[in-house]
Amino acid sequence: MQIIARETLIGKRIAKLDAPEKASGKTRYIHDLDLPGQLYGKILRSGRVHAKILRIDTSKAKALPGVHAVITAADVPWQRPIGVARDHLPLKTDRVRSPRDEIAAVAAQSEEIAQAALRLIEVEYEDLPVLTDPLDALAPDAPLIHPEPHGADGGTEHLKPGAPVAYSGRPDNLAMTFDYEQGDVARGEADSDLVVEDTFRLHYVTHCCMGVSGIIAEFDSSGNLTMYSNTQVPFLHKREFAEILGMDPARIRIIQPPIGGGFGSKLDIYPFEPICVFLARATGRPVKLVFSREEEFLASPTRQPVILKLRSGCRRDGTLTFRAVETIHDNGAYTSWGATTPFVMMQTVSSLYRVPHCSYHTKAVYTNNPYAGSFRGYGNLQATFAVESHMDRMADALGIDPLEFRLKNAQDPGEVTPQGMQFKTCGLKECLKSAAELGDYQAKRRAYAALQAEPGRFKRGVGLASMLHVGGGAKIYPSDGCGTILKMDDFGAVTLITGASEIGQGSETVLAQLVCEELGLPLSAVRVVNNDTEITPWDVGVHASRTTFIGGNSAIGAARKARAKILDAAAKQTGLPAQALDLRAGQIVEERSGNPLLSLAKLIRSLHFSDKAELVMTTHYYEPPSHHQDRQFKGDVSAAYAWASQVVEVEVDTETGAVRLLKVSGAHDVGRVLNRLGIEGQIEGGIVMGQGYALTEELIVEQGRIRNPAFRDYKLVTAPEIPEIAVRFVETLDGEGPQGAKGVGEAPAICIAAATANAIENATGVRILALPFTPEKVYRALREER
Amino acid sequence: MSPKREIAFTLNGVPTRASVSPELSALALIREVLGLTGTKLGCGEGECGACTILVDGRSVNSCLMFALDCEGRSLVTIEGLAADPLGARIEQAFVEAGAVQCGFCTPGMVVQAHNLLTAHPHPTREQIRRGIEGNLCRCTGYFKIVEAIERAAGAQE
Ligand code: FES
Ligand code: FES
Repeated sequence: MQIIARETLIGKRIAKLDAPEKASGKTRYIHDLDLPGQLYGKILRSGRVHAKILRIDTSKAKALPGVHAVITAADVPWQRPIGVARDHLPLKTDRVRSPRDEIAAVAAQSEEIAQAALRLIEVEYEDLPVLTDPLDALAPDAPLIHPEPHGADGGTEHLKPGAPVAYSGRPDNLAMTFDYEQGDVARGEADSDLVVEDTFRLHYVTHCCMGVSGIIAEFDSSGNLTMYSNTQVPFLHKREFAEILGMDPARIRIIQPPIGGGFGSKLDIYPFEPICVFLARATGRPVKLVFSREEEFLASPTRQPVILKLRSGCRRDGTLTFRAVETIHDNGAYTSWGATTPFVMMQTVSSLYRVPHCSYHTKAVYTNNPYAGSFRGYGNLQATFAVESHMDRMADALGIDPLEFRLKNAQDPGEVTPQGMQFKTCGLKECLKSAAELGDYQAKRRAYAALQAEPGRFKRGVGLASMLHVGGGAKIYPSDGCGTILKMDDFGAVTLITGASEIGQGSETVLAQLVCEELGLPLSAVRVVNNDTEITPWDVGVHASRTTFIGGNSAIGAARKARAKILDAAAKQTGLPAQALDLRAGQIVEERSGNPLLSLAKLIRSLHFSDKAELVMTTHYYEPPSHHQDRQFKGDVSAAYAWASQVVEVEVDTETGAVRLLKVSGAHDVGRVLNRLGIEGQIEGGIVMGQGYALTEELIVEQGRIRNPAFRDYKLVTAPEIPEIAVRFVETLDGEGPQGAKGVGEAPAICIAAATANAIENATGVRILALPFTPEKVYRALREER
Repeated sequence: MSPKREIAFTLNGVPTRASVSPELSALALIREVLGLTGTKLGCGEGECGACTILVDGRSVNSCLMFALDCEGRSLVTIEGLAADPLGARIEQAFVEAGAVQCGFCTPGMVVQAHNLLTAHPHPTREQIRRGIEGNLCRCTGYFKIVEAIERAAGAQE
């Protein structure tokens, strides 16, 4: 008899389950799907920054052969506002607040005809004063962007539960405010030997998913709606769509084809989605609406731009005393998730390091600019940029090595922060030491600093930054849970039906791995079904780096129930106690010896085809042990927290201002590595996204208009520019995490800009407070300094 | 709309005819007229490489090429690449190296890698990075794509 040893897939390099389909071009994204009888939808946008709509005439467009419907707000008087503050009507009624604003939409037999019909729509506007500076928009006499309540019934009762304060219809341009206090900042300041203050400016960047936004909507003859959608949050959208459309949520089904990149961009409902549904309803035909790349730049969300004033203090011995933050968030014309980034920003301000006294205040201000959504890192790139710039400034002012300064103030496991976060595991100190060692930080920093004043065109520098981010979900909704249905067939194969969506991050593969681990099966025995709300159980969605953690725990729960059922049955058949049995390589084996006793497939069949027929089919719902924040923003919102430190090394061309990223050395507390190949991919991709944020990417917005809506002028990092990287994993084995793992999706992008700022300072002696570090900006900063 | 013209070309080794209007791109011909959706539209402006195909053995951004110019030429798309030993090796290497995340850039990358390895069977890392310069990827940071191409080159012996 062949002895079967216990094997594990955890920590191995596992190729993604969906990779072969994708590498051979067989995967069908939304852009590749067509339904029989499908029409093509297109949207007419205002092109005006701020204007009244005086007249819309669609008669010529309607008369064009091949056009099935032309709709404006007048055709959907029952439409309800969308967005985080419910301040955004999909089709605009009386005024437009931004050039991307939707005026009318067409469904036609072909894209060309739809496009031609758009050109035939006549709109008359009366321009209104434009507000593109949030500080101007705050002035007491500023014109209002949202002068009256909107939507079918106006009022404020439709505001999302949990939203802090939202003021649609207020007498000023405030969209939201956030106010957090801990301790007594004045006392902290009085205790300080050193106080520094700066104002940081963070710019617009956008997701640039390689697959543009798109949707197909279809009604069946009973009025049930099916949407093929790229959303990251299908179950929340079911409910929200029902509200917007005035439908019963039970009649809405969302199918998610594989998605060409998400990064947070698909976390909200945008006007094109309900508009496509309106068109499908108006025509009785399936309608497909896909953006052009230009439209993707103009009308999809951005990262939140922020003006951030930070005041920080410490004592001579390097102990932090207080931190006070005031930010202005340019809310743009409508409110999406960008306005709520303070939830995450204040965590970094209050809890990345130990600070006794802290205050955080944000005003999100309506303007006629683009509006920001959620974007990988969710405000944390912005907050970390400021906080970690100050950590270096203070260390230098005190003459303490910046690594020692951070270590002195770093969190430890067991800490409960004044904001209420509980760090059951915390690898920050190890991350700091590891990253510094990998990047040879201390020696290089001293050496480069000594060379600052020397002659020479090219200067090198190293910079260090750390981050804290939720790693065990984030309880911002009443539930942060995920459901799993697991069924086994008569041949011992598993179908894992999970609420957790795959958006390219590799969660499907990790979930399959976790199930294999419990059931002793090879990866090839598991199929994952994760993209149809009619089939899959509930899940909050892909955000907050939560899928591996929450979906993983849910999958493990279902697999353990199946395992118990199998082992019970096997115990009866073999006469051995269940604890003496194990599942390995598709066999029931004796745990101690590894002797195979029975094939799993055979056992399942014997259960199924018996007089007491039974199937191995289980369900599990996992809800993490985290808590909502209270009204003061205090509470332990995540079941685990992820940590990381990164050291970057740059070379600055002092004659042109060009900054080259030479090397990134990162250490990440990921709890535990589940799929080494997958986690490396997440970290590498995140680092380069951070590089783009720091150095090359900028959505240029002038007077409310986006000036560079094309890859030609919006510079994504390309292959020749990527740095050398070295990554170390710090495995803190989180007690609540699936096999000890924490979420990691957002973490790697967070520190790069902050560390780069510190590196440029080390190279040149010049601190730059605004991003991105383009040659022009760096050149100017170097000149001003001299 | 301008009158259509009939053209003849080879697509993935199969002699093919299609009737196309002058403004149609080769990409639209492949995706919409012939129904092969493996080649992606990322920008339509020659800036992202998602639409890369081989025309007479050289890589081309098919969104910038007119369908009419396909007349008499041999086109190979991602769908045709698996039949070629080098193509199959590259696809395999992309899977094994973890070079695929959302996968939207992948077909274009694979075709571009084929072009590169045909011209330089043993490229340096620098040559690989330069070779895929025109192909954007938002997910991977390119590291594992470069590794996959190195791996495919190494498996070439
Ligand atoms: S679609 Fe052709 S280069 Fe982008
Ligand atoms: S894998 Fe998503 S763009 Fe490359």
